[in-house]
Amino acid sequence: MTLAPETTELKIELALDGDWFTVCDLSTLLPGRGVAALLPDGHQAAIFRDRSGELFAIDNRDPFTGAAVLSRGLTGTHRGRPFVASPLLKQRFDLASGQCLDDEEVRVTAYQVRTA
Amino acid sequence: MTATLGATPTIVLVGHGMVGQRFLEALAERGLTATHRVVVLCEEPRPAYDRVALTSYFSGKTPDDLSMTDMEFIKDHGIELYVGDPAVSVDREAKKVTARSGEVFEYDTLVLATGSYPFVPPVPNKDAEGCFVYRTIEDLLAIEEYAKTRATTGAVVGGGLLGLEAAGALKGLGVESHIVEFAPRLMPVQVDDGGGAALLRTIEEMGLSVHTGVGTQEIVVGEDGAVTGMKLSDGSELAADMVVFSAGVRPRDQLARDCGLTVGERGGITVDEQCRTVADPHVFAIGECALAADGRVYGLVAPGYEQAETAAATIASDEASFTGADLSTKLKLLGVDVASFGDAHGTAEDCLDVVYSDSRAGLYKKLVIGRDGTLLGGILVGDADAYGTLKAFTGSVPPVSPESLVLPAGAGESVQLGPSALPDDAIVCSCHNVSKGTIRGAVTDHQCTTVPEVKKCTKAGTGCGSCVKVLGQLVNAELEAGGIEVDKGLCGCFAQTREELYEIVLALRVNSYQELLDRHGREEARGGDGCEVCKPAVGSIIASLAPAIGASGYVLDGEQAALQDTNDHFLANLQKNGSYSVVPRIPGGEIAPEKLIVIGEIARDFGLYTKITGGQRIDMFGARVEQLPVIWARLVDAGFESGHAYGKSLRTVKSCVGQTWCRYGVQDSVRMAIDLELRYRGLRSPHKLKSAVSGCQRECAEAQSKDFGVIATANGWNLYVGGNGGATPRHADLLAQDLSDAELVRLIDRFLMFYIRTADRLERTSTWLERIPGGLDHVRDVVVHDSLGICDELEKLMRDHVAHYRDEWAETINDPEKLARFVSFVNAPDTPDPVVAFVPERDQMKPDLPLLSIGMRPADVLEGSTQR
Repeated sequence: MTLAPETTELKIELALDGDWFTVCDLSTLLPGRGVAALLPDGHQAAIFRDRSGELFAIDNRDPFTGAAVLSRGLTGTHRGRPFVASPLLKQRFDLASGQCLDDEEVRVTAYQVRTA
Repeated sequence: MTATLGATPTIVLVGHGMVGQRFLEALAERGLTATHRVVVLCEEPRPAYDRVALTSYFSGKTPDDLSMTDMEFIKDHGIELYVGDPAVSVDREAKKVTARSGEVFEYDTLVLATGSYPFVPPVPNKDAEGCFVYRTIEDLLAIEEYAKTRATTGAVVGGGLLGLEAAGALKGLGVESHIVEFAPRLMPVQVDDGGGAALLRTIEEMGLSVHTGVGTQEIVVGEDGAVTGMKLSDGSELAADMVVFSAGVRPRDQLARDCGLTVGERGGITVDEQCRTVADPHVFAIGECALAADGRVYGLVAPGYEQAETAAATIASDEASFTGADLSTKLKLLGVDVASFGDAHGTAEDCLDVVYSDSRAGLYKKLVIGRDGTLLGGILVGDADAYGTLKAFTGSVPPVSPESLVLPAGAGESVQLGPSALPDDAIVCSCHNVSKGTIRGAVTDHQCTTVPEVKKCTKAGTGCGSCVKVLGQLVNAELEAGGIEVDKGLCGCFAQTREELYEIVLALRVNSYQELLDRHGREEARGGDGCEVCKPAVGSIIASLAPAIGASGYVLDGEQAALQDTNDHFLANLQKNGSYSVVPRIPGGEIAPEKLIVIGEIARDFGLYTKITGGQRIDMFGARVEQLPVIWARLVDAGFESGHAYGKSLRTVKSCVGQTWCRYGVQDSVRMAIDLELRYRGLRSPHKLKSAVSGCQRECAEAQSKDFGVIATANGWNLYVGGNGGATPRHADLLAQDLSDAELVRLIDRFLMFYIRTADRLERTSTWLERIPGGLDHVRDVVVHDSLGICDELEKLMRDHVAHYRDEWAETINDPEKLARFVSFVNAPDTPDPVVAFVPERDQMKPDLPLLSIGMRPADVLEGSTQR
């Protein structure tokens, strides 16, 4: 990196089938909130940025209701792990693994995410 | 039992008052309703109701609110309840009761709970038109009707408990009231001269005229036979359009007399310690109609309950006895606390008084102490907070000097003796005879951790309710003693309650969530991202206090945007398929045709499903995220603003059409509703706030089911608070009466800000009011009488809110950066979410729900689903 980070247009990329898929500028992501991205296969990803700047991505679809809304949930920290709570019925999902914290049998896809 | 072999024995209960109902409950608890046929003959047109709280009818309680009879209970236990059909005769020989309807019931056991009747002194014209007694709901309805139509002044005969209540009720009906008491002081039975004097001053200050030491000689009537006044024993005459007799009660024992049962010289059916009549072992008498084994007739509900239990136990062949009861009482009369307990008048030999009296403050406290220091009894007027503790200490030597118990807090050696100092056998709830030990047991042995649980487990606090405060202290003390850490923290991130966080935010002017978390959060949560519980709660506190702490009042600004639940973040209500609904504000439910047309056009153009809400506005469903700004641009353009249907904030102020159109209306309820809605719009609070304004007592706006409800009176407005509909309905309580417009607004300002300050997260005003120590009385003290001295601050906070209000949607559609957030996909801003689709229903559309379960629909089945 040769330029100061503030002026670099860093892009957020998701790992899809071994390729990196560009989603958006890092600057569009507000710490503590998510955005949704439409993937080439028609699936949706919810991408989050925590207060330390770390990025996470999981499937956007709430498995409990079927609605594609996880990107609109509130984030938090539970025992040191980042999570998002579904805005519909409030189940929490670990952002790094996709594991539901309120029902051990439920897990959503987690995506690898990076800036480039 | 003498029942015919094989037949079910029958218990007939004559009278369905509070004691009668309690008797039925006691029968059920002992399983007797399963083994017996139980017949109840009730004279009044309605089943048992709370006669002790009768006067609360005038502060807005309906007869239904006062009911103590759960019809499910009656049904479940197979009880035959005949309402409006009193017993008229008893044939003890044949063991038969005849009801007024002519029906005859054979009994094996007869229980008389006929109560008492009001004593009316035998003066000329006592039955004239305009003369009333004060005993039943029907009496109250008659008094109300007459007072409203025919009376401007009224006289109450009797300055005892009921007399004062009746006088207060007349005053509340707008009638100038006089109290005539034969004894030299008010409440002669309960208080002494000193207490009577303190009471007199306070009562007179309320605008009631008191005449003590005089008797009623004659009721004066006019030519039409209606009351015009009364002649008193001192020769004077008092003008009055109506007279209410409440000069005591007498046992209703006529039925017993007629069938030859023994009655006392001064009335009352003579019973033994088992409450069995002395004349007939098959007949019992309980409550106010019974002359107990100690030679007294008890006119209080607690001894009546004890008699009911005793009779039921005896019928079940259990051992029980009623040998007499304590006459302690604590009342709130016209807002004045009056309590007396134990040997209040110091009749024991050699006893001594400790008296504290402050006429200026209307305080009078007297303790009666035995020679050995035993607390024998006492009288409290003006402040009876210590009643629960003192009464429980009666009969023992208190651990501190008696003087310190009556001195006001802060004065020299005053001591607030907590209930933890009580012995285990001290009775805390005298209505249900529950000891401190039993309450402690409920916590230690039955795992109760809250007052409602303890109430359910022990029945303590479910009678008159005067011990609930002590109950709360005991439960907490016991939990703490048991090492049960009562974590009152808001969530895993904060150990403070919402109320404490509010105080921190206000006092330290903290306007950032991260700062609050990092400085005041739990150790392990600092530096983290918080959680979904505390983020919106703190976001709401910051929004409520924004002007005072230098935060932005716009909830989407900076860090605040990350704290909001999705509804607040998109300023719309998320629905089950991920679409949103849109509700523009329609203040007071009043809307011009032009604006209705705009809503119709928008709904049509965007294909939205429309529905009229319960709060008198219009909800438009099915908008996708990216449509919200376009919809709102048109709404704002037409003069609409956010309805905050998405926020924990003021929703609507419903109104009826009021004086302007309605022939019954007495005030302009629509104007008031609009004023209130515009004043409090956008106010963020612990939970949603609903309100309504009714233009007359018919209450078409249902104001009593709202967080704050306003009902018009001929003289102004009555303010009700703490009402709720929904799953746990609660009728609102009357906070203040006959307010001017300015007084009304000022009280609501204070009330709302006090609620926002002290309520828990997601705690509606109804639960808040039930939870906070002191309940409604405390809230009234704080917001009406400014007992905490914070009203100026509360009003200032509200003024700041009103001055800084801006429409969130107008602000948002003018901010391109904020608008960029309103997309389904950050990488495809023009693509709609494929999961949000709709199918037709009843001329409109509804979410395509099957689509939700499959996630995506193959292209070939898309036909028929309106993808927009």
